[in-house]
Amino acid sequence: MDQGANVRRMPYTAWNAFVEIFMAIRTAYTANIEHISILDENGVLDEKLAKTASGEPLLTPEQVLFLYERMVECRQLDEVAFKLQRSGRLFTYPQNKGQEACALGSGFAMRKGQDWLVPCYRENAALFLHGMPMGHVLLFWAGDERGSIIPEGVKITPIAIPIGTQMLHAAGIAWAQKVRKNDSVVITYFGDGATSEGDFHEAMNFATVFNVPAIFFCQNNQWAISVPREQQMNSETVAQKGLAYGAQCVQVDGNDIFAVYKATLEARERARQGGGVTLIEAITYRLGDHTTADDARRYRSADEVESWKNKDPMIRTRKYLEARGLWDEAKQKSAEERAEAMIKKIADDALNFAPPTTDEMFNYLYAEIPEELRRQRDTLRTNSLSMNPEQARLSESRR
Amino acid sequence: MPTTLAEIDFSKPLPSEQGDRVIQFREALREAMTEEMRKDDRVFLMGEEVAYYNGAYKVSQGMLDEFGPQRIIDAPISENGFAGLAVGAAMYGLRPIIEFMSWSFSLVAADQLLNNVPKMLYMSGGQWGCPVVFRGNNGAGGQLGSTHSWTVEAMYANVPGLKIAIPSNPYDAKGLLKTAIVDDDPVFFLESERMLSDKAHVPQEEYFIPFGKAALRRGTWSGERNSDVTLVSFGRPVNFCVEAADELEKDGIVCDVLDMRTVRPLDIDSIIQSIKRTNKIVVVDQCWPFASVASEVITQVCEKAFDYLDHQPVRVNTDDVPTPYAKNLEAEYLPHKGKIMRAVKSVVSKG
Ligand SMILES: Cc1ncc(C[n+]2csc(CCOP(=O)(O)OP(=O)(O)O)c2C)c(N)n1
Ligand SMILES: [Mg+2]
Repeated sequence: MDQGANVRRMPYTAWNAFVEIFMAIRTAYTANIEHISILDENGVLDEKLAKTASGEPLLTPEQVLFLYERMVECRQLDEVAFKLQRSGRLFTYPQNKGQEACALGSGFAMRKGQDWLVPCYRENAALFLHGMPMGHVLLFWAGDERGSIIPEGVKITPIAIPIGTQMLHAAGIAWAQKVRKNDSVVITYFGDGATSEGDFHEAMNFATVFNVPAIFFCQNNQWAISVPREQQMNSETVAQKGLAYGAQCVQVDGNDIFAVYKATLEARERARQGGGVTLIEAITYRLGDHTTADDARRYRSADEVESWKNKDPMIRTRKYLEARGLWDEAKQKSAEERAEAMIKKIADDALNFAPPTTDEMFNYLYAEIPEELRRQRDTLRTNSLSMNPEQARLSESRR
Repeated sequence: MPTTLAEIDFSKPLPSEQGDRVIQFREALREAMTEEMRKDDRVFLMGEEVAYYNGAYKVSQGMLDEFGPQRIIDAPISENGFAGLAVGAAMYGLRPIIEFMSWSFSLVAADQLLNNVPKMLYMSGGQWGCPVVFRGNNGAGGQLGSTHSWTVEAMYANVPGLKIAIPSNPYDAKGLLKTAIVDDDPVFFLESERMLSDKAHVPQEEYFIPFGKAALRRGTWSGERNSDVTLVSFGRPVNFCVEAADELEKDGIVCDVLDMRTVRPLDIDSIIQSIKRTNKIVVVDQCWPFASVASEVITQVCEKAFDYLDHQPVRVNTDDVPTPYAKNLEAEYLPHKGKIMRAVKSVVSKG
């Protein structure tokens, strides 16, 4: 990928100069950031790299087939959701298009029901793999709190809207795992833009100082709404930011499901063995708009988008499968149709859910509802008078 | 030449609010910033998406073209970063305008905003002021969920050292923002996503609206029409108060509607002047009731005009819960015309 892999000296200039002149010793911090790429744009697999440490195939063709079908579903979900938003049934929706290999490769490397996923909002496919019902996600984007209700046994935290906050939660969950001596690893997702927030840096620092079993997974999709990566940060890679904290840093081709899977699997095993924190930078591209409220054509060139279309994870994964006789146009067509029908059904069910009752905004505020709040819930609550039943009666009778 | 606050003659009456130069709220904000930036090259605008994208809500449309990237600056997603940077730039002598995409996101910059900005002058013994305007969307923008729908005035108004302006219409938006920019103190300027497309006449001639002077939207100061109740509000709900007042008038109930324009400073004198005639007060505030600006208004009314009250003061706030995400609940949660009318009716007992 274009964002070079070998990371360069960190220039501690003043200190270096001092050391150089007075001691004639040059200390410089050099580090290498591993860059993993296994399945290229043409669907050609690097067979040597596509192996686990013990020499097993990293992913079997059947597994790839399974993941590809999930990719098709996720892409269809984007389509259906887009139309639902345009017809006014979803409030806003962030498309995942182009980034599916990030979510699927990493999600597949984490153990369902055992490891934790701490998402932001652009990793749908990982959530589904780990048991989050698609209907919940649609309900959430339709503007309903109940979309954030996580089913029993599913280890996923709710979608995080304030950028960056969830990374600290991930550090906390991972730390709790560690002190409780549970065999769980936590992966948290965020964008390139989110690495500008203090929360990213504080989370990385805590996680590495406490040596917790956490993976920081950055989907570097090159844009934060209209701000390109070069304007977001002066460092050439996101991965190198982790060096400062003493994390393991890996850069992967985020459109290569093998590479993403491998990096995450290795990070997970390292974390389980007490080897600490990994920052994975997955180089990818947001093929769609930031959300349905955005029009990306206003700030990026068609040429740029076109060049990334060739790197679409679906194209190369499909080529890989076709080369092994596991996929063809007919299969593609029927998979798309199946996915569309399934998603439309899910959407219909989710969006025809009866709206919440007013009680629901009071019920989950305290472990036990305080008397004052109960009164608000059970009276008209329209002003300070009506919250006091006695007064309300008094002023009624005076009228 | 930059305008200074001391130069402005606030005793001069403001230009008429009637006319046909009708523009949007967002354009009024843009005009205020543009006019002051043309006069004063120390003023710059920084925030997320303000430059190339023309602002997430198109407030700064075209400003990059006019002023260039040195003065209209896209910031990385680091609210704490650019809030603190503004403090430093102000210490150096510049006059930053910082746009928060939403005041909800100002919370990640809380230490800069509450622990540094308002105390800079105090802690430096009067040496270093902090003439920064922080502005952005405040209040429920319409189904954005509880973390994205903050109404920050109650919380921030508690902190001394700040000024807080909350316009309810395009005319005020321009006049108050211009004053905010020339003010030497930090000003938190609270806009509303739900009002940015509202249109009204905004005069061509230059005007500055003073802080701490409420506007009477319904009723008369002379008291020639005897109002039955004083309705006090600020920001977007002022418009609901006006709607309610017009509706109530059909039933023969006359309201003074006071638009506070700024809550810090708070024009308590105007409120009391009105109460002396109406003897009843309803405060409409889209923050939570507990320790809200409405609570403060009522406390001061009780302290300063207790003997004039014929009915206990009444507050119309949001429900005491996080802003709901679901459409039906959000609508019920916010103050609206119906709630205001009900509150007014319950304090007006016709003999
Ligand atoms: C604290 C905070 N500031 C600003 C925003 C507004 N906002 C939403 S998404 C976004 C861009 C995020 O970019 P990135 O982290 O790269 O993620 P991507 O959307 O590209 O996946 C911004 C600025 C927010 N939600 N929260
Ligand atoms: Mg991004």
